[in-house]
Amino acid sequence: MRLTTATAIAALALSSLGAMAQDKTVKIGNLNDMSSLYADVGGPGSTVAAQMAAEDSGLAAKGWKIEVIGGDHQNKPDIGGGIARQWYDVDGVDVIVDTPNSGVALAVNQITKDKNRVFLNSGAASSDLTGKACTPNTIHWTYDTYALANTTGKAVVKAGGDTWFFLTSDYAFGHALERDTEAVVLANGGKVNGKVRHPLNTPDFSSFLLQAQTSKAKIIGLANAGGDTTNAIKQASEFGITAGGQQLAALLLFLTDVNALGLNVAQGLTFTESFYWDANEGTRAFSERFAKRMKNGAKPTMVQAGTYSAVLHYLKALEALGGNPKDGAKIVAKMKEMPTDDALFGKGSIRADGRKIHPVYLFEVKKPAESKGAWDYYKLKATVPADEAFRPLKDSECPLVKKG
Amino acid sequence: MFGIPTQALFSQLLLGLINGSFYALLSLGLAVIFGMLNIVNFAHGALYMMGAFVAWFLLGYAGIGYWGALILAPLAVGFVGVVIERTMLQRLAGLDHLYGLLLTFGLALVIQGVFQNQFGSSGMPYAIPPQLTGGQNLGFMFLPNYRAWVVVFSLVVCIATWFMIEKTRLGSYLRAATENPTLVRAFGVNVPLMITLTYGFGVGLAGLAGVLSAPINQVRPLMGADLIIVVFAVVVIGGMGSIMGSVITGFALGVIEGLTKVFYPEASNTVIFVIMAIVLLIKPAGLFGRAA
Repeated sequence: MRLTTATAIAALALSSLGAMAQDKTVKIGNLNDMSSLYADVGGPGSTVAAQMAAEDSGLAAKGWKIEVIGGDHQNKPDIGGGIARQWYDVDGVDVIVDTPNSGVALAVNQITKDKNRVFLNSGAASSDLTGKACTPNTIHWTYDTYALANTTGKAVVKAGGDTWFFLTSDYAFGHALERDTEAVVLANGGKVNGKVRHPLNTPDFSSFLLQAQTSKAKIIGLANAGGDTTNAIKQASEFGITAGGQQLAALLLFLTDVNALGLNVAQGLTFTESFYWDANEGTRAFSERFAKRMKNGAKPTMVQAGTYSAVLHYLKALEALGGNPKDGAKIVAKMKEMPTDDALFGKGSIRADGRKIHPVYLFEVKKPAESKGAWDYYKLKATVPADEAFRPLKDSECPLVKKG
Repeated sequence: MFGIPTQALFSQLLLGLINGSFYALLSLGLAVIFGMLNIVNFAHGALYMMGAFVAWFLLGYAGIGYWGALILAPLAVGFVGVVIERTMLQRLAGLDHLYGLLLTFGLALVIQGVFQNQFGSSGMPYAIPPQLTGGQNLGFMFLPNYRAWVVVFSLVVCIATWFMIEKTRLGSYLRAATENPTLVRAFGVNVPLMITLTYGFGVGLAGLAGVLSAPINQVRPLMGADLIIVVFAVVVIGGMGSIMGSVITGFALGVIEGLTKVFYPEASNTVIFVIMAIVLLIKPAGLFGRAA
């Protein structure tokens, strides 16, 4: 009896060892805001994007089993952290993707490192993810506050907008965006007249806008995102702020925000993104497939596109490793070693600090007359090459860089 | 005053009044419903959202603009309310408040979920009607015409509602029916019908507020969910079921919130709850409520 038990245990142990060596199962978790102000930017659309990447990787035909699940973090770091722990500890999730809301992202970043899994962030903006909070398990894919500040901020100051007032979302993301933009404004000879911090998900901005108005700053920098940005822009036009000579700088604006505002209100805004669906053949083809799978036919935002691109590269790395080693740091190291290449972001690479680099673009929202129809919203104003768009490695606070 | 220029203070007071008018309209509807039906209507926010969406539908699919929507949307939402009352709420009459609360809360989640599934979360644009675009320079601030309209219009609606309930014969039936439904029925008044219509009227007010807010905010599935908690705090502070109380508190809290946005913006979405806690400690029935 004892012998059979021992044999059984040994056999079990051996079989599980065997399975580990050539494990070809992957579980991808899209941890997102599924129901609130960022749900259209990432949300369920990012689950679709991750699924499309899994299908396009062609791994299923090679015997891999890839599963994509989604979870709603409700923009609360404690809830997001709870889901991440549950996914890693109980549900066997290998990689968490997207995760807008920098507050949640920073929490997941740390948990992922502790559990040695992989965090491919597309939606969050804080440049701290590859700065002082960088880990060997996280890659920050699509954009960050440094790139936004460096592109929009610089362009606006160069165009004569040298006095600023910030409307800042009062959490990790807004603070990072304000800090990075302020640095760019000051470095380019501008000046900051004042700032006000508003709670996340504020329906009425009139009070804050009036404070911005009395500051007499030429530029009102919106260091917020999603519904907060659209409300602020809409109400600024209502209160005659733009008519009064002050300009809005939407430091972070997504395709779905422009769609929600309508071109009448949004026209003329300049902002920074790293992906636009109508850029070339590859992006158009992907976007068409994507829109067909979305309930409201929406084209992908850069966050959703980034999720696709990141998952695709992750799966390429797994294939190169010959199986899922279940070792987050090892997978991320492989991902950094391989150059990135896909139809959406073109060729690029991942730096030691976990920053994925590619060109970023300065866009302007078209006038209603210039738009050929739904989702035809952007005009390209400038392209910032990959090596100039993001924070230079020499300025990085990331410990991974200092050691290397 | 307090290191803030008087001009800024005036303008923030005015802005507070504007936001307060939404609180007042919504809490008025809640107070009417609670007063007459004894139901804590958690579906109020969802019906407010529905009002905005009806306006959006009317414009997009029927070519009916803002002014038409101002009449049709509250009617449509009121009709939905009548259906809800007839098919569901009526069965809860005489049960504990908790049942009505849970039912309406569940309804709110279902309604919001359906809209969100259909329209996403960022919402749709709805333009300010051409007659009310632009604004007046008041010297201390630029007041958009539309906002001025919102304040005046909601004040009129609030006063008219108060007048109807407190000063007319119909209102006296209503009030009598809440005190003693059996007796009022004995006088030949159709009490169940009256209650159904009251619920329809209360949520119609929510629909009206929805139309009013559509040009200011995006028409979003969650616009009501964000607001309803604040409005409930307003109702609790004013005293559940007190019509005048809810209107005065609505405007007053709008002003207080506006001032918080100047002095300590970070706390602007918590200040109302702090006030609620303090009021409940000192006057558990609310500022204008009568202790049961």
